[in-house]
Amino acid sequence: MEQRVLSVHELRDMAKEIRRDIIRMLVEAKSGHSGGPLGSADIFATLYFGGVMRYRPDEPLWTDRDRFVLSAGHICPVLYATLAEAGFFPKAELMTLRKFGTRLQGHPGRDMGLPGLETSAGSLGQGLSIAVGIAIGGKYLAKSDWHVFAFCGDGEMQEGSIWEALMAAGYYKLDNLTIIIDRNYCQIDGRTEQVMGLDPLGEKLSAFRLHVVEANGHDFDALLSAFREARSVKGRPTAIVARTIMGKGVSFMEDDYTWHGKPPSKEQGERALAELQ
Amino acid sequence: MFDVTAPPQKKATRYGFGEGLVAAGEKDPRVVVLGSDITGSVMTSMFRDRFPDRFFSLGIAEQNATTVAVGLALTGYVPFMSTYGVFASARNLDQLRVSVCYNEANVKIGGGHAGISVGPDGATHQALEEIAVTRVLPHMTVIVPCDAVEMKKATIAAAEEITGPVYLRFGREAVPLYTNESTPFKVGRAEVFREGSDVSIIACGAMVWEALVAAEELSKDEIDARVINLHTIKPIDRDAIILAARETGAIVTAEEHQIHGGLGGAVAEVVVRGHPVPMEFVAVNDRFGESGDPDELMRAFGLTHREIIAAVKRVLARRGS
Repeated sequence: MEQRVLSVHELRDMAKEIRRDIIRMLVEAKSGHSGGPLGSADIFATLYFGGVMRYRPDEPLWTDRDRFVLSAGHICPVLYATLAEAGFFPKAELMTLRKFGTRLQGHPGRDMGLPGLETSAGSLGQGLSIAVGIAIGGKYLAKSDWHVFAFCGDGEMQEGSIWEALMAAGYYKLDNLTIIIDRNYCQIDGRTEQVMGLDPLGEKLSAFRLHVVEANGHDFDALLSAFREARSVKGRPTAIVARTIMGKGVSFMEDDYTWHGKPPSKEQGERALAELQ
Repeated sequence: MFDVTAPPQKKATRYGFGEGLVAAGEKDPRVVVLGSDITGSVMTSMFRDRFPDRFFSLGIAEQNATTVAVGLALTGYVPFMSTYGVFASARNLDQLRVSVCYNEANVKIGGGHAGISVGPDGATHQALEEIAVTRVLPHMTVIVPCDAVEMKKATIAAAEEITGPVYLRFGREAVPLYTNESTPFKVGRAEVFREGSDVSIIACGAMVWEALVAAEELSKDEIDARVINLHTIKPIDRDAIILAARETGAIVTAEEHQIHGGLGGAVAEVVVRGHPVPMEFVAVNDRFGESGDPDELMRAFGLTHREIIAAVKRVLARRGS
């Protein structure tokens, strides 16, 4: 089974479908994170359906696949929904999110054997270091041309080990690594700049020897262009600082940090699905 | 099996680690090593000099080095990350838990400068908690070899025989070197280094030698002590421990580690469930280390054959012979 590559118009529909999946999953699970998954759905749709990543849904461990490492483990509903849409496993399984025995753990658990899931994640900061290790292996040992994509939340950038990983990524000139930072300015306790300021984030990343691209995380053309640029830059890893709106697509959740870590009720879910038609 | 009456040759276990890395690297091109600045101290420099293309310097950033190793393991390589034990087991504990063990990643951790015998550097650098900290992690194998030759074997075995996380504990100072290529070593199997029927002394690391010396001394008092080298703390050799409890009826453990949660605790967990007998523990008594000469510190912290002999006498008095 080959991966699907969609037009920008179709990407918009796919992102909407992923958002609907997220709402249905969270309503069924009665727990989980709403804001980040909805806010990053356009990025995931672009990565998996915009021709950005190479993968084989029926051969998840294909040696030459591009690797996707979710560092911000709590937004996993968007990854699960995307993988299901891409054909890694049946969509019906999405309804098992967070239930006993599920392959769709509340935070990703690799030991459950979910196809397409590269790593466990949930303790912030660690996924980026794993991605750096994979990229070192790809560039210096395997000497392969597959690419590594790491996805970080912006609040996650407050973790000290993130900056250890960035230091190593720049030092080793990991041009086979692209780091996507979901810049929604929200975290559980409030606005990032009030909890622990990150700006000027782009300048910090540049100082760590990364190529930095700032993009609107809801503009498919901008995202596609950012990913093309990331893949073509040599001698440096690329950081795409994607400006997003937490909860995007559901009016009563948008840009409201209180939706970071809670699910919609059944009634809220119905309103959300109606908005996402 | 071993003559402890003559002064032994000495060699630090860290050299065994360095030699083991080179040997493993020669056999398997997938073996790679990550540096955390102190490569000359933990002897990863030997691998770097031999295989510069398979050595990656990551600076003083142990959390990242531990997790980069996971990325390399998931890509099919066999990475060894090594630094002082305090940084290899505690500074990076969340990385060990979530990224290494929860992923069941094929990552090997070499924790050097173990124990009080680190000496003048003092408490911050004397790792005394690693056995406790690493053995509670699911999927982790924990090995504390008794001398430099066994250390080399353990390092090669970690690369060749075990698919999954391994913590290898080794020291800075020269310690007795008395095993050789033909001494049995198998991960997970305790070795009886001296037969005995009155009491069992179960030890790891440099304390195995002290246990052998203690047994020799005890024989003069007609106490016949069995000495068991429990190099693999996890998975633990239950059969050997229960057999020792059943056949000798009393156990003393000896380790250069905190008294809580280490080898002694691990043995006690087996004994109380399998065949309860009186036990005594020779270890660091719930305190931090301090500066001093290694030998001086081993005496001051009660980590010699003398304390083992005293513990044997206590345990035999409790049991009633």
